[in-house]
Amino acid sequence: MLIRKGIPASLGIAMGPVLMVKKDQIHVEKHIIPPGGEEAEIRRFNTAVAATREDLNAMHARVMTVLGRKHARIIESHNLILSDAVITHDIPVQIKKFHINAEYALQSALENIEKQFSRIDNEYFRERRFDFIDVFKQIMGKLSCEKKNPLENMEAPAVIAASSLFPSDTIAFRDNKKVLGFCTDLGSKASHTAIFAQSVGLPAVVGLVDFTSQMRNGDYIIIDGEQGTVILNPTAEIIESYRKRRAELQKEERFFQRLRGLPAITVDGHTVELFLNLDSEDSPFAWKSLKADGVGLYRTEGLFMNRTDLPSEEEQYKKYSALARAYSGLPVVVRTADIGGDRATRLGIKGLSDERNPFMGFRGIRLFLKYPELLKTQLRAVFRANTNGNLSVMVPMVASCCEVEAVRQIADVVVNELAREGKKHRKCRLGIMIEIPSAALTVDKLLDSADFVSIGTNDLVQYTLAVDRVNQYVSALYEPFHPAVLRLIHLVTESAHRKGKKVSICGEMASSPEAASFLAGTGVDALSATPKMYLRMKNAVRNLNFRIAATQALSVLDMPGAEQVREFYDRENRTIF
Amino acid sequence: MIKKQIKVVNELGIHARPAGLIVNAASSFPCEVWLENEEGMNVNAKSIMGVMMLAAACGSVLTLTAKGSHEEEAVKTIEKLFKDKFDED
Repeated sequence: MLIRKGIPASLGIAMGPVLMVKKDQIHVEKHIIPPGGEEAEIRRFNTAVAATREDLNAMHARVMTVLGRKHARIIESHNLILSDAVITHDIPVQIKKFHINAEYALQSALENIEKQFSRIDNEYFRERRFDFIDVFKQIMGKLSCEKKNPLENMEAPAVIAASSLFPSDTIAFRDNKKVLGFCTDLGSKASHTAIFAQSVGLPAVVGLVDFTSQMRNGDYIIIDGEQGTVILNPTAEIIESYRKRRAELQKEERFFQRLRGLPAITVDGHTVELFLNLDSEDSPFAWKSLKADGVGLYRTEGLFMNRTDLPSEEEQYKKYSALARAYSGLPVVVRTADIGGDRATRLGIKGLSDERNPFMGFRGIRLFLKYPELLKTQLRAVFRANTNGNLSVMVPMVASCCEVEAVRQIADVVVNELAREGKKHRKCRLGIMIEIPSAALTVDKLLDSADFVSIGTNDLVQYTLAVDRVNQYVSALYEPFHPAVLRLIHLVTESAHRKGKKVSICGEMASSPEAASFLAGTGVDALSATPKMYLRMKNAVRNLNFRIAATQALSVLDMPGAEQVREFYDRENRTIF
Repeated sequence: MIKKQIKVVNELGIHARPAGLIVNAASSFPCEVWLENEEGMNVNAKSIMGVMMLAAACGSVLTLTAKGSHEEEAVKTIEKLFKDKFDED
């Protein structure tokens, strides 16, 4: 039995036989290109590079939204590798000069780079070679139209082990029901592969250094994605204890499953609407089995990614209509795309691609008001799709009244245009995201032009506390329970209710059971949770006493810091359960 | 031609991200830009591979050379990146 501690990358326990995926050893053969064929071979190589760049751009957008600018810059540096003279100049020259196939030229260049990097004494810098290997392997994959997927021939369920995996591999795992989980030698919790594993819900441990080299196909393995432990060929007792642990987790899960379809109502009869957060990449039916009260946040950024043209009105109309029909009459809130200037540039719009701080820059409604055609197209699609269900539209990154007023006016223009064109449509309610403190503080004014608000707590916390949560030096200061944040949420809820309008929460806080008491207690009307946390949130709400939670919510507003608030709720939770 | 010594002051040294910033900055000028480490390895500052191969850790000193049109601006811009710790701290 061998035990190795790695980095826990994605929750859950997986156990079963190992299947080794040796991506690194693609065998490359040398071919001689017949005279005159060199130009075509170079074109084939350039096409593969362009396709890789497309993938990187899509990844960049995804990382930008999930992790922020700092991490996205790693992808930008991968993009720079693609522009390095080795790729743009040396390899084409090699192909031409030696009449060799692109794969061979690429492989030789990579071997050369690896050789040079292996001479570096400093381990940290020596490891940087993986950035190059990563990019070169992606190009290689494009060249060989890689379809040789070992997963296709899987006969029995297995745990995947590899020295490294690309994010795209993780996506393939999701579609393959036989993959139980995976472990890799490389990678960190913030690596792109890990992030995808979390969103796919596969147990994963990464950063095992060289542990997978000791594994053989068919070895029995346990992966504990919570502790980051990997156990190779465990004893019968260990297997048994992990079986028990997994059974406990599954029992808990089954208990939550029984809450499907039950209302999110407190013990004293106060109802909180419980919605789902969905991405445009999700199938509209993906989470129907949770029997949610509706969709509180439908993100549309995905429609703008991995492409170089804009999504047409028809394309969007079809997408929103399918969603509206899937939720047959239940409320669905479509958020207009929160894309940044760099993305817009790639979509053919002249934007700003070199912002010093895109996080506080040209994104969300700011970009859409500068290019109102983008907003109009999206609104037209939503208003038309609304004839198939119960849609609302919501705009992100609102800071001032004039922005809401401008959106309102554009919505009116859109309705007039659709009427004139004789297109079937139904105008829908207009909501705003409260993510910026200025919007929270003046929400009563903003609501003169808007119908409802949804608080995006992730950004609200970051902007209120001036903390970039992916910056390792300050991420510990990211604290949703900071009284300043709680006061803003309370203020928004009070102000909106005074105007007779509803408040929902759609940030991570609405997926945190420990925050349920404060949010429900402060009077928030609806919570919008991730599919994974949906039933847990329902459980949390159903265990609350609203009258008590309301009194407590007021009292924590007066506490000096997050520490006291957390301590207070920890104590309360202990006495309840 | 301008030659200048610059010190790496950010904690993590010139890893992928700072290297990317240097390459971007160098590439925005028409002049030739070179970086040399203490072991005498001299690389084109417009090549990310070259810059990363320098393995410049915190505290190491590099020699920045620019030659050609806009050489002064290029040196100033790159020097500032180093001074600002590549926006990392």
